[in-house]
Amino acid sequence: MNYDRILIRYGELSTKGRNRKHFIDRLRRNIKSILRDFPNVKIESNRERMFVLLNGEDKDAVLDSLTKVFGIQTFSPAIKVEKDIEKMKQAALELFQMNDTEGITFKITTKRSDKEFEFDTGELNHIFGSHLLKNIPNLKVDVKNPDINLLVEVRKEAIYMSCETVHGAGGLPVGSSGKAMLMLSGGIDSPVAGFLSMKRGVEIEAVHFFSPPFTSERAKQKVIDLSEKLANIGGTVKLHIVPFTEIQQLIHKQVPENYSMTTTRRLMLKITDEIRRRNDGLAIITGESLGQVASQTLESMFAINDVTNTPILRPLITMDKTEIIELSQKIDTFEISSRPYEDCCTIFVPASPKTKPKRDKVRYYESYTDFEPLIAEAVNNTETVEIKPQNKKEDQFADLF
Amino acid sequence: MKTEIYSIAFIERTNMVRFLVGNGGFSTNDKEKAMIYFDNSATTKPYKEVLDSFTKVSTSFFGNPSSLHSFGAQSEKLISQAREQMAKLMKVQSNEIYFTSGGTESNNLAIKGSALMYRNRGKHIIISEIEHPSIKEAALQLKELGFKVTSIPVDQNGHVNVKDIQKKITDETILVSIMHVNNEVGSIQPIKEIGDFLKDYPKILFHVDHVQGIGKVPLDFHNCHIDLCSISAHKFHGLKGVGALYIRNGVKISPLLSGGGQENRLRSGTENTAGIISMAKALRITLQQQESHQKLMIRIKDFLRSQLEKIEGVVIHTPIFRSAPHILNFSIEGFKAEVFVHALEEKNIYVSTTSACSSKKAKASSTLMAMGVKEETALSAIRVSLAYENTIEEADKFIEAVNQAVTGLRKVMN
Repeated sequence: MNYDRILIRYGELSTKGRNRKHFIDRLRRNIKSILRDFPNVKIESNRERMFVLLNGEDKDAVLDSLTKVFGIQTFSPAIKVEKDIEKMKQAALELFQMNDTEGITFKITTKRSDKEFEFDTGELNHIFGSHLLKNIPNLKVDVKNPDINLLVEVRKEAIYMSCETVHGAGGLPVGSSGKAMLMLSGGIDSPVAGFLSMKRGVEIEAVHFFSPPFTSERAKQKVIDLSEKLANIGGTVKLHIVPFTEIQQLIHKQVPENYSMTTTRRLMLKITDEIRRRNDGLAIITGESLGQVASQTLESMFAINDVTNTPILRPLITMDKTEIIELSQKIDTFEISSRPYEDCCTIFVPASPKTKPKRDKVRYYESYTDFEPLIAEAVNNTETVEIKPQNKKEDQFADLF
Repeated sequence: MKTEIYSIAFIERTNMVRFLVGNGGFSTNDKEKAMIYFDNSATTKPYKEVLDSFTKVSTSFFGNPSSLHSFGAQSEKLISQAREQMAKLMKVQSNEIYFTSGGTESNNLAIKGSALMYRNRGKHIIISEIEHPSIKEAALQLKELGFKVTSIPVDQNGHVNVKDIQKKITDETILVSIMHVNNEVGSIQPIKEIGDFLKDYPKILFHVDHVQGIGKVPLDFHNCHIDLCSISAHKFHGLKGVGALYIRNGVKISPLLSGGGQENRLRSGTENTAGIISMAKALRITLQQQESHQKLMIRIKDFLRSQLEKIEGVVIHTPIFRSAPHILNFSIEGFKAEVFVHALEEKNIYVSTTSACSSKKAKASSTLMAMGVKEETALSAIRVSLAYENTIEEADKFIEAVNQAVTGLRKVMN
């Protein structure tokens, strides 16, 4: 007997009242996108549950992909059985025999949403329990802490059975909470900030500042690879690559050295905000963590945030570096982020940037230069690439592999 | 003196020439078609697609992956794509794959790298009596450095018993290295049982030499609690000079080659880009067809076994149960294996005496000796090893050739 489907239980969205349909549709689309490597998979959904029908695809690989999808509370590989008590008993036994059953304990949890079924929960538990105990030597019942919990769901159309439950990623389906722009530098923090926002259902478009020849193609590749990791979680990610060299050179020329970093950040934020406006985003996400570096003091944030009143989400603001690194390892971006290439934040760094820049001063320094034409040019020349989940990307080298 | 040496070489050469162009003047191509290659555990013929990748990468992407420019970056990208593909195929993480120059290096790195890293934890290593020389000799070298090495015996079927390993474990043990499929007789070792048992010893690393197993006998790294695992490309229709070592996330070992810090500082040396890409391709093709090829090889092997059993004086060493689909090892009593290899060679059939690595030494197979086979019988052992290209017709011809050789040689010897 092989599991033929995966039963998915929704997370918080069960409580989302009227938006529920919207949430479920979103989740369904996201799962479809994540599972595009498995062409035979079919997805069925209703108000309570979603089913991924495997149709012969690799169960473990599909399960593995699902652990990353936000909006799923738990899921179980399951089998569909006809509503025939003998077949049900046989199926339960075969499910057990897939595992090593020597000396293990079990319990049975039955849910009967089809109240017209001939047996009630208590009767079903008894029927299955005695059938299993009779047929498997050394099996014991333990309702508190069983090795195997046999789930039986009696529904209108059929019975579903499963022996294992996997915890999903929780959160909300990506895209169900609207769209925001993620400022993605290539460092450790920003992808984690993106990940956490996605967890709460935010759809992400990434903005990266590219300063050739000061930063290399590899720095860009790094950001593409990071976007790919995010795309693997939430489906396609748009990446906006902003040509930033001229602006950085102008700042270098016009603004006193110890304020150049503050101005750089302000202009990056301005440009991101404009890209956000053009793409109907509602917020900007950064990987800032309070006090981590000069640009991330409260004074600094105050001076930088001055250029926009768009909400800025800073999911990492209270986290320690070690916590951020742990998360980045978990989402598999740490290694990419650690590649040693210069990015826009590491070049032109003044020897001693102001850790407590004053808003009025930075405004004053900038007032001598008209950055607007360059900003408009940068936004207009921004290159946008769609990063697809990595497993299925168009591969120009496919014939080599 | 000199002339004599030359003349021996000359005779050998002319023999070769006879084989290559003689016998009715085969062109190379016809020759290849007519050849029956039954020595696939020694090495396999590379897939054509693999060679295509190799030439294309060598021609168009020869940049050094460590170079800063984008041309080098392209090579780096190809390597990381290969790493991801291999990881996916082996169902592990891509950062757990380290590219090496082949099985021997992977085995050495696993054994010596673990020993170097954990020498302060303990100095005891367990291997089996039937390991490949790249494990045995590496362990011997460590012995000279003060490590204690225990070799676990095998039963008459060439299988290690988990209990024997259990008995030998001490507080000092830091590594257990057991091969998955034996290269000489094809016996499959109880990797799952060993792994299950070792998982309760967090201080002991578990290395598996999977060189003969990959593509032939599936192995679930996680389920078997494997920490380190070696593979080599040319055993699955890739090219020589490239292989990989799987190192489970969280396991650290010392590098053997110091230098530019490639492969996450574990294996310095400019990456063999073309070799690596073509290995990823070879693995994909091999695993995609594993099931159907497996069935074919088992059919041929069963056929060979049933036919060989009918020949007088044949002893089959490969166990019936728990053995790989592609290896069959047997002796024909009374004949030196070498004589037999050459007799078959005249009929354009290629087999091995023992493993290719030790067959040039005139010593009995240590695997067979460990299984308790008499030395005399072991000295006449022949290994047939199959690949997907072999056919039942070839097996039929092989049996015919064996019969003829046996009759012919018996005449000469009596």
